Amino acid sequence: MKNLLPIDPTTRVSLKLAGVVVGMFAFAVWVMPPLYDLFCEVTGLNGKTGGQYEAVEVKVDTSRTVTVQFVVTKNESMPWEFKPKVGSIKVHPGEEVEMSYMARNLTGTGMVAQAIPSVVPFKAAQYFHKTECFCFNQQPLQGGDSADLPLRFIVDQDVPKQVHTITLSYTLFDVTEQKRDLLAGLAGAAAGP
Amino acid sequence: MAHGPATGLSRWMFTTNHKDIGTMYLWFSFAMFLLGGVFALVIRAELFEPGLQIVEPNFFNQMTTMHGLIMVFGAVMPAFVGLANWMIPMMIGAPDMALPRMNNWSFWILPFAFAMLTATLFMEGGAPNFGWTFYAPLSTTYAPPSVTFFIFAVHIMGASSIMGSINIIATILNMRAPGMTLMKMPLFVWTWLITAYLLIAVMPVLAGVVTMMLMDIHFGTSFFDAAGGGDPVLFQHIFWFFGHPEVYIMILPAFGVVSAIIPTFARKPLFGYASMVYATASIAFLSFIVWAHHMFTVGMPLAGELFFMYATMLIAVPTGVKVFNWVTTMFKGAMTFETPMLFSIAFVILFTIGGFSGLMLAIAPADFQYHDTYFVVAHFHYVLVPGAIFSITAAVYYWLPKWCGNMYNETMGKTHFWLAFLGLNLTFFPMHFVGLAGMPRRIPDYSLQFADFNMIASCGAFLFGAAQILFLFNVIATIRGGKKATAEVWENPEGLEWTVASPAPYHTFSVPPDVK
Repeated sequence: MKNLLPIDPTTRVSLKLAGVVVGMFAFAVWVMPPLYDLFCEVTGLNGKTGGQYEAVEVKVDTSRTVTVQFVVTKNESMPWEFKPKVGSIKVHPGEEVEMSYMARNLTGTGMVAQAIPSVVPFKAAQYFHKTECFCFNQQPLQGGDSADLPLRFIVDQDVPKQVHTITLSYTLFDVTEQKRDLLAGLAGAAAGP
Repeated sequence: MAHGPATGLSRWMFTTNHKDIGTMYLWFSFAMFLLGGVFALVIRAELFEPGLQIVEPNFFNQMTTMHGLIMVFGAVMPAFVGLANWMIPMMIGAPDMALPRMNNWSFWILPFAFAMLTATLFMEGGAPNFGWTFYAPLSTTYAPPSVTFFIFAVHIMGASSIMGSINIIATILNMRAPGMTLMKMPLFVWTWLITAYLLIAVMPVLAGVVTMMLMDIHFGTSFFDAAGGGDPVLFQHIFWFFGHPEVYIMILPAFGVVSAIIPTFARKPLFGYASMVYATASIAFLSFIVWAHHMFTVGMPLAGELFFMYATMLIAVPTGVKVFNWVTTMFKGAMTFETPMLFSIAFVILFTIGGFSGLMLAIAPADFQYHDTYFVVAHFHYVLVPGAIFSITAAVYYWLPKWCGNMYNETMGKTHFWLAFLGLNLTFFPMHFVGLAGMPRRIPDYSLQFADFNMIASCGAFLFGAAQILFLFNVIATIRGGKKATAEVWENPEGLEWTVASPAPYHTFSVPPDVK
């Protein structure tokens, strides 16, 4: 191993330092973002919720009630109508609940939207499980069309006692530029039988 | 063997001499200091009175951004690299830097980086306008098209800093004169060794974060775009993981400069040399674990707020060790107050004020009030202007007779000091008050209640700017002539650089000195 490094001390120290430079660059680009995502998912930091949850058979804790509030935001004046069917629901921890959102493309052209969830308080995020969510996919809509977007969720029965209200927020983004192919699929389906 | 410099332009283009390269770094830094200063004066002229008088808000934002970027990367950092080039080989008894050709390259890519950055002012959509911290998605989704040139400029200046640091570390580790053990090195060399390690560790992170921005803007990735599964807060974490060590990169060499000057004019050896070295290393270590104190308001869990709050406050301990060491060095010394000493004493006092406002900002619950106000602006200008800028100025006055062989004009130097001292305090002290009263930073207009303090600040800024012209005049006059300096220049100063003639010969220590 020792022979691999050059004898000249200046070259040797320079090469080692260059290695540190490459390593730190790789750390910033390839290690930090996934590590941060993992950290947020584990701790629920930033209200990030996990992906699709497989429901497991648990006893519903009817002794407690948690209010789940639904709020929506449209990013950079996204020209859609987007709202939850109900403002809030009272649920028992462990119970699977279904509700839905209404989205309408108010423009004359087809667009694709992506909803990004966030949960407040942050410490409740890891106890909020979605078994089905429109936010797992992008939503293509032709101009003027509307759609019902379903959401099924479970508030974990282990949710901390002091949590009485959970606010689920969706921000709707316009991703038409990046996901134009989804729109083509939509047009093809409409032209079919 | 002993031959002089080449003549004409090629001397500067192709030089591998550490003194020539140091000189070029220092002149380049001064040019950038004036350019960044002009941008600052545009800001202060607009803020002289409430209302919009001189520039459009968008141009104002371009000015705040460019002022910050040019002062940090163009003025302060190259000035310290220039001082390192000039002084480190002479302080450790080395004939030159370890990697002289790379040294030439790391200087000569800098003018191109800053030409590109400055050129964005004339591009369609204008220069970057999102602040020197370039938070995404403001700097990606909403940025002017010129942001791409900004990204490449940052890449180039980062490459320059990294090469400079590798060179400095290799020089210090391998080229010390016989007998010059690590714990005998002057503190300027020590602080630069530690700074160079900080640069090696964090400049690649800066390059990484701008590369991620580039990918987000042009190649469809979503590192910082929530719509694609990214997270804007991630940007702030990565940026400040670079950004906090960066602020110590700008101050540690200043500690080294002041630790060289104060003993000379107090005529006592530096108090607590070893504790100075360990304090510097502790500050460098702590700088890696406090970054999130810049982002107390993003919504961190309580445990995070507390950790970053206490870790930040811990930095006051090694910094306090340093301040007390400087004060103790002066205690009962036979002090005289030549220009470098005036700047150094002002450094100790005013940097401490900046440190205290930093402690106030470190208190997480209080920071929610101070965040993004002029109090923050006052804080970091108090540590950077009397910190970095004053120490660089002190270093130039202190070593200029060694560099060019002539004494500077002491009266002019002292006038420069008092004008700069007055100007800087008039500019930045009132900012504490308007900040505590709630004036937000980075705005071209403000509420009437802040009017008087802002007018005072603007007057002070122009005074400070005028003082620098006097500095330029004094330096040029010293280079062209003046009283001849002796080899020692000062009374019994410590260090190998005073054992060579003034001006320092083109090649020094071709034969290593014997250090006892």
